[in-house]
Amino acid sequence: MKFGVVVFPGSNCDHDCHYVLNGVIGVKAEYIWHKETSVDGFDCVVLPGGFSYGDYLRTGSIARFSPVMNAVAKHARKGKLVIGICNGFQILLEAGILPGAMLRNTSLNFVCKDVWVKVENNETPFTSLCGEKEALRIPVAHGEGNYFADTEIIEKLESEHRVVLRYCSENGNVEKSSNPNGSLNNIAGICNERKNVLGLMPHPERCSEKILGSADGKKIFDSIRAFLRGS
Amino acid sequence: MFLAKVYVTLKKSVLDPQGVTVKHALEALDFESVSDVRLGKYMEIKLDVSDEEEAEARLKEMCKKLLINPVIEEYTYALKRVGDC
Repeated sequence: MKFGVVVFPGSNCDHDCHYVLNGVIGVKAEYIWHKETSVDGFDCVVLPGGFSYGDYLRTGSIARFSPVMNAVAKHARKGKLVIGICNGFQILLEAGILPGAMLRNTSLNFVCKDVWVKVENNETPFTSLCGEKEALRIPVAHGEGNYFADTEIIEKLESEHRVVLRYCSENGNVEKSSNPNGSLNNIAGICNERKNVLGLMPHPERCSEKILGSADGKKIFDSIRAFLRGS
Repeated sequence: MFLAKVYVTLKKSVLDPQGVTVKHALEALDFESVSDVRLGKYMEIKLDVSDEEEAEARLKEMCKKLLINPVIEEYTYALKRVGDC
């Protein structure tokens, strides 16, 4: 089982992901430079958080043209796992691998704090070890996490149970007051139709050990490991 | 040589939080006649092309591929022939 953490110019959560996968989850993870043209041999590709290409033009809009992204799209089409965290999610949206787009947070502030997210679908490779409707405490850190898509796409995501994570209160209630960025339907994470690609704004790699205040993020990586062991 | 001026704004159906904030600030300064504010981006692109039709086609391709995200944005442009300097 091998994980690949893609490194774009401006990625800054790549080391956190690499550390958590190798040191906490106990799987093999390697870096993949964005100029690579193949991700063959990797079971799961991680697009980490950060500010790829300085967020110029639009978040993720330049990184999506990095050579590695063709390989990532191919990997996804084969049904293999891809997880995009924060800037990684933004890149997946710009690449059209996941639907929708990110807008500036409605507050216009960069929001950096712990939030609660409700697991709306625990039948994905990324959430299978989470309880049904479990609320996880995970930090967010972004200026553009205000998920937007037209009504038709939102309805499709909802009816196909592809909204995997939703901002909620500590006791799991989905409320406007628990939405840190103005996202439609409190959306924090979505997956593709085959459920092998997940994009999420919260940072599970920043909360995978108790010493960091929460180990809830570990459940995401443990789920992936369990899925890959079983497949 | 052509100079393209591209104006990008959020689609009308998309809430523009920056526009709303600027509108509130203008209202606070007693500019009561302001009914709407939309913020956007302005880009200048020089194209080393001699044919206007070709310049226009290239520009549209650039917008489609990179400059605009059609999920949230729309654009207008003006194309002008300029000197080579």
